[in-house]
Amino acid sequence: MNLNQLTIKDAKEGLKAKKFSSIELTKACIEQIKKYNKDLSAFITITEKEALESAKKADELISNKQDLPFLGIPVALKDLFSTKGIKTTAASNVLKDYVPEYDATVVRKLKDAGAVIVGKTNLDAWAHGSSGENSDFGPTKNPWNKEYVPGGSSSGSAVSVASDMCIASTGTDTGGSIRLPASFNNVVGLKPTYGRVSRYGIIAMASSLDSIGHFTKTVEDSALFFNVTAGKDIMDATTLPDLTEDFTKNLDNGIKGLKIGIPKEFVSGLDEDVEITFKQSYKILENLGAQIVDIKLPYTEYGIAAYYIIQPSEVSSNLARYDGIRYGNKRSTFGDEAKRRIMLGTFTLSSGYYDAYYKKAMSIRTLIKKDFDDTFQKIDALFSPVCSTPPWKLGEKISDPLKMYLSDALTVTANIAGIPSLSVPAGFSSNDLPIGIQIMGKQLSENILFRIGNAFEKYTNFYKQKPKL
Amino acid sequence: MKYKPVIGLEVHIELKTKSKMFCGCSANYFGQKPNTHTCPVCLGLPGALPVPNKTAIDWCIMIGLALNCDIANFSKFDRKNYFYPDLPKGYQISQYDQPFCLKGFVELSDGKKIGITRVHMEEDTGKLIHQDENSLIDFNRSGVPLVEIVTEPDFENAKEVIEYLKKLQQIIRYLNVSDADMEKGNMRLEPNISLKIEGIEELPNYKVEVKNINSFRFVEKAIEYEIKRQTEILCKEQIPAQETRGWDEDKQKTVPQRTKEEANDYRYFPEPDIPPLIFTQNKIQELKSQMPEMPGQTFKRFKTNYNLNEYYIEILTKEKLTVNYFDESVAVGKEHNVSPNQIANLLVNKNINVNSTLPADLIKNILNSTKITEIEEPELKKIISRVLKENKKAVKDYKSGKETAIMFLLGQVMKTSRLKLNASKIKELLKKMLQ
Amino acid sequence: MKIDVTHIAKLADLPLAQSEKEKFGKQLSEILSYIEKLKEVDTKKVEITSQVTGLENVTREDEAKPSLSQNEALSNAKSQHNGLFKVKAILE
Repeated sequence: MNLNQLTIKDAKEGLKAKKFSSIELTKACIEQIKKYNKDLSAFITITEKEALESAKKADELISNKQDLPFLGIPVALKDLFSTKGIKTTAASNVLKDYVPEYDATVVRKLKDAGAVIVGKTNLDAWAHGSSGENSDFGPTKNPWNKEYVPGGSSSGSAVSVASDMCIASTGTDTGGSIRLPASFNNVVGLKPTYGRVSRYGIIAMASSLDSIGHFTKTVEDSALFFNVTAGKDIMDATTLPDLTEDFTKNLDNGIKGLKIGIPKEFVSGLDEDVEITFKQSYKILENLGAQIVDIKLPYTEYGIAAYYIIQPSEVSSNLARYDGIRYGNKRSTFGDEAKRRIMLGTFTLSSGYYDAYYKKAMSIRTLIKKDFDDTFQKIDALFSPVCSTPPWKLGEKISDPLKMYLSDALTVTANIAGIPSLSVPAGFSSNDLPIGIQIMGKQLSENILFRIGNAFEKYTNFYKQKPKL
Repeated sequence: MKYKPVIGLEVHIELKTKSKMFCGCSANYFGQKPNTHTCPVCLGLPGALPVPNKTAIDWCIMIGLALNCDIANFSKFDRKNYFYPDLPKGYQISQYDQPFCLKGFVELSDGKKIGITRVHMEEDTGKLIHQDENSLIDFNRSGVPLVEIVTEPDFENAKEVIEYLKKLQQIIRYLNVSDADMEKGNMRLEPNISLKIEGIEELPNYKVEVKNINSFRFVEKAIEYEIKRQTEILCKEQIPAQETRGWDEDKQKTVPQRTKEEANDYRYFPEPDIPPLIFTQNKIQELKSQMPEMPGQTFKRFKTNYNLNEYYIEILTKEKLTVNYFDESVAVGKEHNVSPNQIANLLVNKNINVNSTLPADLIKNILNSTKITEIEEPELKKIISRVLKENKKAVKDYKSGKETAIMFLLGQVMKTSRLKLNASKIKELLKKMLQ
Repeated sequence: MKIDVTHIAKLADLPLAQSEKEKFGKQLSEILSYIEKLKEVDTKKVEITSQVTGLENVTREDEAKPSLSQNEALSNAKSQHNGLFKVKAILE
């Protein structure tokens, strides 16, 4: 196995045992990026020089028997995360030359944990998209089949991990932007509880829905990553109080006796491949000892409608700061999707329409949240597909915005309710494209999600499969 | 047709907190080099988030309490969305439908109550400087805490407005939450003025907002000008335009002004980055107990406890500093039998520097000026002999029956000795020696 | 549902070409038609949720912290003059 194919866990062990250095590990990742990025467009910026400097420092600390959670581990950052001195573009022409004067809190945490930042990954501009095709700098490709979409908006971050260009990467999930690309790339993606991870320094999409998460090769890695990023931040007033937990602690506890619910609304109208994969998946959970329960979440039917009011409304306001005066280019350089969402959101907040749209959607939000809250009184977790279809072809949905929006149908409700969801590999379609499933839990229940995901992963071993690059 | 002015007032107070409303930048921006007091938050950089200043909120509540407002149990911030170069985020974090304080009042000297509609918090914008065809922007002021105080349209003339403003300024300064100095820009006001037909209840169907009034002396002028201007229009059977006008200091008139906020749909919605604020009765009580005594209370106390006349009280209670000084002096004076009235007298009539004169010294001063110096009889006899020798005419007058001459001689004895002596004792001795 | 695209574009400060206005107008109408389904739900007695965290009273102490330097603040500005951001004047 090449060094860049390692997991965080194995890489850490190897570094500690001096089997290889961080420089060697980092160089392996950089080589992989240089080899395949032209084809896959996973990275917008490659920070080779800075990465090698960090790796060198990491090696010094390791030789001094120092230990930090991510010491010497190459990590990539979605290009929404502000990095001091390193271009941060949001994959938009508006910010194509913008260099932040500060680090996002999560970036600082990763750096303090010894991580080696290898670059900034591609995405749907401003996180507006579900396919990875809305980048102003060219779409990211699915490494499993370059004619297909990798999913979005954290397309580059998912692809970078799937193609072993880095050991792990950060992402954001506002309506499915981590879970969808994770499931389309055979990697693990965590959307944490809203408020668990600081949003400070991360270019905002929809303030009440943005969840800061990450991509890893395994569930255990995901828990290791979460140990670093989770926690209250004084710079973000919406972060939850610190509940110090080691998220790797209960990973191997198994799932015997856990009640796992399948929402009826999430399993209708599925593509055949997805239906088969999903059935196989929950049968596995049953074999592992979980009790599968059918449940109903009636108001989730209105999830997309509510989401596509709340999100654009907040987007229209969050993107108002881009006036070209203090940074960035003028507003006419926004891409089509951004312009669409800004217009939609401006409309839904406007005088005469606020009550019928924004206020209405915020009330529906209460009802959807209640559906989840009530359900979690009776069950430990929810299980469902991430998308009703496997990855689709590049260009297939790009000219039909509404069709594109509907691909978020199974993911948006977790953001509306603020609950966590873990996407794990669950198999492949008949044309060999990855299909993932998601495990949702009540607020602050990530440890249960990791437990279920870990049990499933150890049984299925899908993560061992790699795309032929 | 007689018209009656209907005037409402919107005042913005800049709080003198150490840091800004939503970030840790120093709020003390006056006179600093441009763009040296900014950070990702107040500069509106991508990814920055606001975190509210606890002290600023407490102070806003205190202002509301001092203005007899109800404090909302549940309150939140909202986004006011509009575009302008001095507004870095493209929205201002303010309060819309659930402000911190509601429904208060300020009582004027004639007993009339001016209704306070609301008191809320918001952040200030940057400063725009115009230079030829360009605008230059300094964001040092961006994010500084502002408290907005809105009155009901209860004013009927400029005099009432001035009295209200003076009272408001006094309250704010007593609370020590702002310098409330119009010239420095930490107290800004915008009257809205319209006229209604005298005797009719209904409010007029237009109102004119006047901006750019930068000092007290222009408040009266601007309002009177506007009343006159509107009266003229109404007398022509026309309705004055609903608009924003600016006070032109040079021309001494109001002129139409296109503002950044004209015809804007602000699309208010709850600020998602800031959780709501809940104020319990306990918390409100706690804040109340932290508040210093307010001018109205001090006035009553001085009247009741010290029995001073209202003119003196007005002067003494103008500034909190003087009040504290006076109270201290009264306490010291009590131990030396010096009355509050004596102290008030001295403070009001003489130019006492309360910053450099200790209350104890003030009392000493009073005692010295009223103290009778004791003097030995032989010494006194010497002085009297000298006086009698130098004032032969007065002696002759007294001996020839003019009783009042003795008062003159008494005065001369006092003058010569340059001391405050026991007058009756001197008189007795004089009489003896004149025999 | 037809939107006044010109008015919305103005409110949003987005300069749009006529062709863009037509394209977006059509697309937004379609999206809004889908969103109409929310009318099916009776929300008269339902409170809005604007904070899913349940947090309240999150504030910070009034302490002055270091600011960015003038250079740092201006580092991404396309146009500046004497430490100030420069922009074409708005007609007043």
